[in-house]
Amino acid sequence: MNLLDYVADRWDRLSLQAWLHVSEVVQSTLIAAVIGVLIGVAVYRSPIGSAVATALASTILTIPSFALLGLLIPVFGLGALPTVIALVLYALLPITRNTIVGLAGVDPAVTDAAKGIGMSRTAVLTRVELRLAWPAILAGMRVSTQMLMGIAVIAAYAKGPGLGSEVFSGLTRAGSANATNQALAGTLGVVILALLLEGVYFLIARFTISRGIRG
Amino acid sequence: MAENVSGVEIQLENVTKRYPGTREPAVKDFTMTIPAGKIVILVGPSGCGKTTTMRMINRLIEPSSGRITIGGEDALKLNGDALRRKVGYAIQQAGLFPHFTVAQNIAVVPGLLDWDKKRISDRVDEMMDLVGLDPAVYRDRYPRQLSGGQQQRVGVARALAADPPVLLMDEPFGAVDPITRGNLQDELLRLQLELRKTIVFVTHDFDEAVKLGDKIAVLGDQSTIQQYDTPEAILANPANDMVAGFVGAGASLKQLTLLRVRDVDYHDDALTVVAPDSSPSDLRKRMTELGKTYALVLDARKRPQRWVHVRDLSTASTLATVGRPVGDMVSTQSTLQDALEAILSEGGNAVVTGSRGEYVGTIDINTVTDTIQQLREEHDAGSAAS
Repeated sequence: MNLLDYVADRWDRLSLQAWLHVSEVVQSTLIAAVIGVLIGVAVYRSPIGSAVATALASTILTIPSFALLGLLIPVFGLGALPTVIALVLYALLPITRNTIVGLAGVDPAVTDAAKGIGMSRTAVLTRVELRLAWPAILAGMRVSTQMLMGIAVIAAYAKGPGLGSEVFSGLTRAGSANATNQALAGTLGVVILALLLEGVYFLIARFTISRGIRG
Repeated sequence: MAENVSGVEIQLENVTKRYPGTREPAVKDFTMTIPAGKIVILVGPSGCGKTTTMRMINRLIEPSSGRITIGGEDALKLNGDALRRKVGYAIQQAGLFPHFTVAQNIAVVPGLLDWDKKRISDRVDEMMDLVGLDPAVYRDRYPRQLSGGQQQRVGVARALAADPPVLLMDEPFGAVDPITRGNLQDELLRLQLELRKTIVFVTHDFDEAVKLGDKIAVLGDQSTIQQYDTPEAILANPANDMVAGFVGAGASLKQLTLLRVRDVDYHDDALTVVAPDSSPSDLRKRMTELGKTYALVLDARKRPQRWVHVRDLSTASTLATVGRPVGDMVSTQSTLQDALEAILSEGGNAVVTGSRGEYVGTIDINTVTDTIQQLREEHDAGSAAS
């Protein structure tokens, strides 16, 4: 059986796994985006706060994904929960750091003018600062998503959903019938999905970043 | 109509700003009345506290003590954001929102005040017309697609959009080239003629202060008022060495920028002749009779065309080409500085024209020097009397 026949034969299962893979990555990125932006907003005015937040998020990123999952399993068990927690933690650094950089990079004259013409503190943040930091935040989300596509494969180790299970079982059954096809289908699936998500990010950027600040 | 709304008086009484951890206050016991509908310029060296003083009026900086009233209303009792929506604010480099279009930028304050869509849209067009930007062309542009001068205009339009009685301007023209700056200053004066707002304008450029101010406050350290008077009075009679130093060399030259040709006694005794109605020989006869060596040739609409010397006429066949063309001219609206420039480049005197470009007289260097002399004496007498 060649790869194409294999994919056609197992389409139901593969497409479900692919869907689950994308779904957990996207959901984890969104959760991380909410947390990361909140952290960024909380600390960007203080140089010390910014340094601490960035350092903490960097530390998380240095933990090997295999090890982190291993540490989470005893606490949260197997399945989706430890997977999502691990993915969210990894996605935090690019998003938090980019939020801080984006907010700190807003021209002080613009925020001064915003306050000076009577915008409230919240309006300055939501209508001006976050809107101007949005391209940086979105870039952070994009990096996170790409990273998580790969890390989510490892999450199969914690019995998480997604194409990782194909890769893992393919590898453990090496030598038996269709083992290579299975591992290959999983791996290529991740690559294709990553490219598709890249395209989605391009469209999001196109429609959500004001023409006045698009690069 | 909104355009007829006049500004309101601003009063600052014993206003002090002390930052925590500093011994000396940044602004110390500042008391000033800013008359309604006038442009008052706060001018002083960097770090003297002039910007801090201005920013306390709309409470971007909260005063440590003292009292500020705007149109009789206690500014310190209002909600800060609500106060700032009623006080226009324009700053250096405009501070436009780069992610908003020109129209969205101008619409911000009316939006904050919950105007309905139609009214906001009409107002945006009106403001763009007011500052000389064609709405059809510029409405949907983004700030980065505009020149520095255009951005500054949008900044002023945004500040005035909700028709605030008071406008605060913090070195608004500091970051544009000198020619654009001159144009923007002229436009501000034109706007003010129409709007009659109370404008507080901060600058470190004394020439700008002289050009724009109805009154100028020269500030020293901690925003102490060294002199608060009309530009004419400060130029003619600086209160102390610090003010004199700030006025700098060339006070007399600066005074020339304050006076208009219409305010001085220019002559209207030049011999003039309307070209189509006269021939060279007729003119020559008249000039010999009157004992004049020069005559000014006008066109059918009395606009000055050429200077002719009596000896040019003997060989000439028509007045249309004889003599030399008139170079620099000044109108009755021009400043004496422009007049002096024209006098120097024309050699001796310059032609003065009226509002439709018609000849009304000539002005020479003696008129200029006499006027300055007279001003000096008036202000010296004024300060001696007080």
